[in-house]
Amino acid sequence: MANVRGVELVPCHTVAGQQKGDRTNMAENSKSAEATVLNTKVLKKLKGAFQAFDTKSDNTVDIKEIGTIFYSLGFFPTQADLQKFTSEVEDERSGYIHWDRFLPAMTKVLLEDKFPPISDELLLQAFEVLDKEKRGYLEPEELTNYMTKEGEPFTQEEMDEMLTAFTDEEKKHIYYKDVIPHLTLERKM
Amino acid sequence: MGCGLRKSEVQQKKCDRVSLSVPAATAIRAALLIQRWYRQYVARLEIRRRCTWNIFQSIEYAGQQDQIKLYSFFGFLMDHFTPASSERNLISHIFRENEICRDVEWERYFCYKSIDVPDSYTGPHLTFPMTFCGVSKLVEAFKHKQQLHARYVLQILGETWRLLRILPNISHLSSCHTKEITICGDLHGQLEDLLLIFYKNGLPSTEKPYVFNGDFVDRGKNSLEILLILFGFLLVYPNDVHLNRGNHEDHIVNLRYGFTKEVLGKYRVHGKKILKLLQKIFSWLPLATVIDHKVLIAHGGISDTTDLNVIARVDRHKYASTLRPPKMTKLAVNGSNSQTTNRRNGDAGVPVDFRRRVRSLTHHSSTPPQGLPRRSLHNLHTSHQHMNWSVDDELKKRRRLAGFDQSYGERKKPDSDSDPECEEGTETYEHEWEQMVDLLWSDPMPQNGCIPNEVRGGGCYWGPDVTEEVLGRHNLQLLIRSHECKQDGYEFCHNRRVLTIFSASNYYEVGSNRGAYIRMGADLVPHFVQYQASRTCRELTLRQSVGWTERSALQALRRQLFVHKSDLISAFREFDPNNTGIISPSHWASATESVLKLGLPWRVLRPQLVSSTKNGMVDYQEWMKELSITEPKLEISDTSLLETMYKNHSNLETIFRIIDTDHSGLISYEEFRQTWKLLSSHLKTEISDDVIANLAQSIDFNKDGSIDINEFMEAFRLVDLSAHS
Repeated sequence: MANVRGVELVPCHTVAGQQKGDRTNMAENSKSAEATVLNTKVLKKLKGAFQAFDTKSDNTVDIKEIGTIFYSLGFFPTQADLQKFTSEVEDERSGYIHWDRFLPAMTKVLLEDKFPPISDELLLQAFEVLDKEKRGYLEPEELTNYMTKEGEPFTQEEMDEMLTAFTDEEKKHIYYKDVIPHLTLERKM
Repeated sequence: MGCGLRKSEVQQKKCDRVSLSVPAATAIRAALLIQRWYRQYVARLEIRRRCTWNIFQSIEYAGQQDQIKLYSFFGFLMDHFTPASSERNLISHIFRENEICRDVEWERYFCYKSIDVPDSYTGPHLTFPMTFCGVSKLVEAFKHKQQLHARYVLQILGETWRLLRILPNISHLSSCHTKEITICGDLHGQLEDLLLIFYKNGLPSTEKPYVFNGDFVDRGKNSLEILLILFGFLLVYPNDVHLNRGNHEDHIVNLRYGFTKEVLGKYRVHGKKILKLLQKIFSWLPLATVIDHKVLIAHGGISDTTDLNVIARVDRHKYASTLRPPKMTKLAVNGSNSQTTNRRNGDAGVPVDFRRRVRSLTHHSSTPPQGLPRRSLHNLHTSHQHMNWSVDDELKKRRRLAGFDQSYGERKKPDSDSDPECEEGTETYEHEWEQMVDLLWSDPMPQNGCIPNEVRGGGCYWGPDVTEEVLGRHNLQLLIRSHECKQDGYEFCHNRRVLTIFSASNYYEVGSNRGAYIRMGADLVPHFVQYQASRTCRELTLRQSVGWTERSALQALRRQLFVHKSDLISAFREFDPNNTGIISPSHWASATESVLKLGLPWRVLRPQLVSSTKNGMVDYQEWMKELSITEPKLEISDTSLLETMYKNHSNLETIFRIIDTDHSGLISYEEFRQTWKLLSSHLKTEISDDVIANLAQSIDFNKDGSIDINEFMEAFRLVDLSAHS
């Protein structure tokens, strides 16, 4: 799925197309956020992502899926961000979010560019930071340590899956430079 | 990028190579970054997985629609043959009713005693009556891929048949605080899953009661082994092991979905007899289980007319195949069509002749039918219906029917395992039959109401309001059913009043889904255990298993596209009036959907299915060439015939197997020719005698002009699905 980020938003007054990472225009537009209408392409993407999880066909999705929906659209919210978002849009603690509340909230997210993408280079640098001795790889224990104790910790399941996917079988190391293309390749789909 | 601050910090750290420890703040930021990337990656895989899932499901259901088309074909035959036609023989051949004979005669036919077990046999030996040790031995043997000798197979099946005949239609269990009941869903011949369940949960016993909710057979390779194990435990613990019939416990469905083939392949000499006995056993399987009068367990589900009192009283064994009413009456289709009243909400037009005919027979059953055997009909309209027959009565009746009461000879018709020519209450039978079909074939839907289930061709789709009404009417609190594959092995719906449990893991493909079973104690709260068989699968990463499943789904899709080649080209041409050979992607998507009708997101799938694009447009002629698959072994000059054959090959195979009543694997040239002519007139395509003759010649003839079905069907393995094995 292509990233929604580089798409035009069509507000009531005209504006130049949004460039990736061009935040100044965004700031201007946020003034007229309420008057903004998403163009059809973006709307279709949002609708598509939403419907993929609307298992009951009643225009609601389980709040637990909000994270997945965000990621699929190319956003990188933190868990805290997600919590905040869902608490604002959840339907009276029912555990579901209705499209009617989802759409304006998502529009706001798009306009405010709340969850900007993280470039590949940054990802590389992040790994390099953890690789103190600059060996080019991380040991499974080290990675586990960081992933399960720092930031927004992984569950055991997430950790196991990551290790299975990315540990080199012979040397039992995680060669992060090789890992990164896999992670980012998915994004380009 | 908006992360300028972070970037420079990281840069600084990079320069600081002397430092050996990473400052906490930086480590946290780095970790956070990686976590967010990783979660994003997993989420994308999840979306792909869901898409793949939809592909498999829609193809599976499209295949089941084929099955009902086959039945409509038979209905067509029944209604339109003329007495003088030579086709009549073929049809009566197909529909040959079982010879009416008494159980005693059947018992003689199924007798295992004349079958000797040679010394060379290395498989397990069984002694009767069955014991726990005996069954465990059987399980071990199957684990080691041994095959049970036909003598023992017939012996177990014979005992099972005798036992099932005295069991009621609806079994009643009581929960107990010292032991939990285990409930399993579809197994579909996947022995590995059953073994995994036993490994995790323990073997069935008095302390460990089990309910198996149907669909033990078809699709998987070890349907027979699963049956033998389940029957074995049933024989040893008849009060603690409960089997519900599923829609695949049906000899006609088995012809199509692989069980018949499996049995004939494993037992070349006695397979036919085994299948015949299984046919009877299937018709005698109980229909539902109820725990504490609170939890109903049935394979498919319910409909708005479900009435457990009626179901409890039917003579279930009369319905050997639930997709066919007990008596195919020769009512003129024209007359009955006009009377069609939809007894369900929503006027979903019934496309299938077969069902229309049935409906016309039942629509006026608002008055109790006349001539009901033995019992008066309970008033169906009381608001609170409890199950108020006595189990004793039920057992007495069963014993009588099974011939234990010697006086049954006085009865007007022997109520044995024959298909009786019953004049009384055809309407009753239709009504009862409909209740059974609903129980075994229905699916839940999110919307209120109750509409015919056209996807499967049997039963209905029922909504949350129907759940509330039916459960309320019977004073039940939960319906547990199976019948539908679920990604996590189980799924609630209808406000957690309906629970689907599915126990065949990796059903569509390695890594496609988990299987699950339920453990339920006296509190009647279901607890789930999930699993996924296959060592290979466990070692796959998420990405690999998604990739694998996806590839499989795409291959299945390509096959569907190939099958509909000519229709697709016509559809594309409508968007391409100037015959340029090029159309836009959105036109490609609409055309494809209009032909295949699978309801899939074609625009999203297009990049994976079509590589021939020029400037963002689809070159459909190139693409059609790409789709062509390797030539089959048969040399057929007529490509449209090839396409027709391939499109209908599973129907063909089913028809062949029905014709081949002695299960020899051979049918005569004449039968072959007649089948083709009938099928082609039903499909409204022209197939001349010459073409059929040429076709027959290109098939390997052996033994006096008969055609080997298996060889013929082998020629249709156009696409190699084992690419990844």
